[in-house]
Amino acid sequence: MSLALFIEQLLNGVQFGLMLFLMSAGLTLVFGVMGLINLAHGSLYMIGAFFCAAAAAATGSFWLGLVAGLAAAAAAGAIIEITVIRRLYDRDHLDQVLATFALILILSEGVRMIFGPFPLYLNVPDSLRGTIDLGITQYSLYRLTLIGFGIAVAVGLWLLIARTRLGIRIRAGENDREMIAALGVNIRVLYTVVFALGAALAGLAGALVGAIQSVQVGMGEPVLILAFVVIVIGGIGSIKGAMVGALMVGVIDTMGRFLLPRFFATFLEPSQAMGVGAALASMLIYVLMALVLVLRPKGLFPAHA
Amino acid sequence: MREMRREHMLNVLLAVALFAVPLWAYFASEPFVITLATRVAILAMAGVGLNLALGLGGMVSFGHAVFFGLGGYCAGVLAHHAFSGTPVLMGLPGTNQMLVIWLVAMLTSGLLALVIGALSLRTSGIFFIMITLAFAQMFFYFALSWPAYGGEDGLPIFVRNQFPGLNTMRPWELFVVAYGLLMLVLALFAVIRASRFGAALMAIRQNPDRAAAVGISPFGVKLVAFVISGMITGMAGAMMADLTRFVSPAMMAWQMSGELIVIIILGGTGRLFGPVAGAAILVGFEVIFGGMTEHWKFWLGLVLLAVVLFARGGFVGLLAGRDRHG
Repeated sequence: MSLALFIEQLLNGVQFGLMLFLMSAGLTLVFGVMGLINLAHGSLYMIGAFFCAAAAAATGSFWLGLVAGLAAAAAAGAIIEITVIRRLYDRDHLDQVLATFALILILSEGVRMIFGPFPLYLNVPDSLRGTIDLGITQYSLYRLTLIGFGIAVAVGLWLLIARTRLGIRIRAGENDREMIAALGVNIRVLYTVVFALGAALAGLAGALVGAIQSVQVGMGEPVLILAFVVIVIGGIGSIKGAMVGALMVGVIDTMGRFLLPRFFATFLEPSQAMGVGAALASMLIYVLMALVLVLRPKGLFPAHA
Repeated sequence: MREMRREHMLNVLLAVALFAVPLWAYFASEPFVITLATRVAILAMAGVGLNLALGLGGMVSFGHAVFFGLGGYCAGVLAHHAFSGTPVLMGLPGTNQMLVIWLVAMLTSGLLALVIGALSLRTSGIFFIMITLAFAQMFFYFALSWPAYGGEDGLPIFVRNQFPGLNTMRPWELFVVAYGLLMLVLALFAVIRASRFGAALMAIRQNPDRAAAVGISPFGVKLVAFVISGMITGMAGAMMADLTRFVSPAMMAWQMSGELIVIIILGGTGRLFGPVAGAAILVGFEVIFGGMTEHWKFWLGLVLLAVVLFARGGFVGLLAGRDRHG
């Protein structure tokens, strides 16, 4: 194992973590502000990827596709919030789980009806093809761009929440929704905006990741479940927790898949080591989650301590 | 009182219908219908397991597929070793006897439920939902990547496991086994619901603080219920593996957990025969609409959404009146 390969895998882990952060941020915001568990968040990720791939294929421009994916996810989020989600805020979690599970079925089949049963392919834009020399290792320019995107969005989100009027309202909404409604903030509009913002982030992640994976129905749910792990680790409702949790999950998952088979290969046969290593690596983040739960049941950064 | 009697009559009706339809199919030589009824009985059994945790105990487990899948793998792995004549673990042989397999499935599922429950019940509400889901995913990915028992491709059961005195390869006789087991499990559910333990469990769901104040330990009672719930669902999984003669990680997938919750909600949460009605509706929906359109899940989603938003209480609630233990 060379240092170059190790660094490359580490960067892959960070990139994966940052994309998970885009997913988790929306999920944790929606829970923090509205108290809603949204299983259909993965569908918004899928919608972002599909509209990006379709628009990129139609216009020939990845960047136009990205805008289309972002807009489609935000619009889908707003429509879902107004038609369905709004009715769920004062329901119990079971109703929220079921209704958003139903939304997954509707949105997945809806996307299949519109785009057909086959996966779409989204190419990395020409300007970001190839690798870049980082001194120690060559690294994919596109993945490095994803890291940049992730950091930029994280900073932007922090500025939005810490420095703008909308951010003040979001934070106030987390603390006491009756109070800010009494102070004259239109809470319904605020909820729609927060939901659409979370949807846009999920759509952005879907579109960005779509270029390095195939764009297909069902792509959202594995990421959604990882995002759940992230916010359970980070503490539900906390953006900072989502960032820390996402990076931990991204790096530990990627490095586990990279290192565990090599570790077992030191004392097992190669084929057996691959199997055992891969199986254990896929469980690693859940073990991490269980550990966090035992030590800190409310997550690392509990939002409502 | 009148509503209770109505629910009672509805229960009898459901039990008779689930037996009568495949009986008719047996004489009309429609083995496909018998297999569908067997599927309903097995899914209902898995639902009864979840209903104990979710309906009575208010524990919204979004990971019950892990027990369903584990039970399935117990049947698959034991049959696999019995077929090849190799030991399973430390010289223990495989088996093709359903009774033994059920016992093993219940024990392993119960053990897993003990571990998952002990960790997950430290939390509640939304955390509990996500954590049970995450644990199920953990075993899903393990089953997917562990190569010994087929991994992603799953594990076929070449010869269906045996039940003493019956030929389980015949659809009708397999149905009788599944139906008998379902009735047993339903009886167990009714006994638990009527017992002191059941009363404590429901009291905890309604108000954990008040239950604790009269000396009930919420954690202990919930954990015991969660373990029994996992055992029942695990046994149903073993039956399902025998019905389809195939186990794969898909049995543990999150969609399966969702489907189990859907079964309970469609039928009526906490109702004795709710899972039976729910499983029949789900399988019926799949057969009827699946034949008409490949996008039947779209319509299932719409129906489900409508039920959640506008028709709480499910099928049993609709016909037998409001939930009396809300």
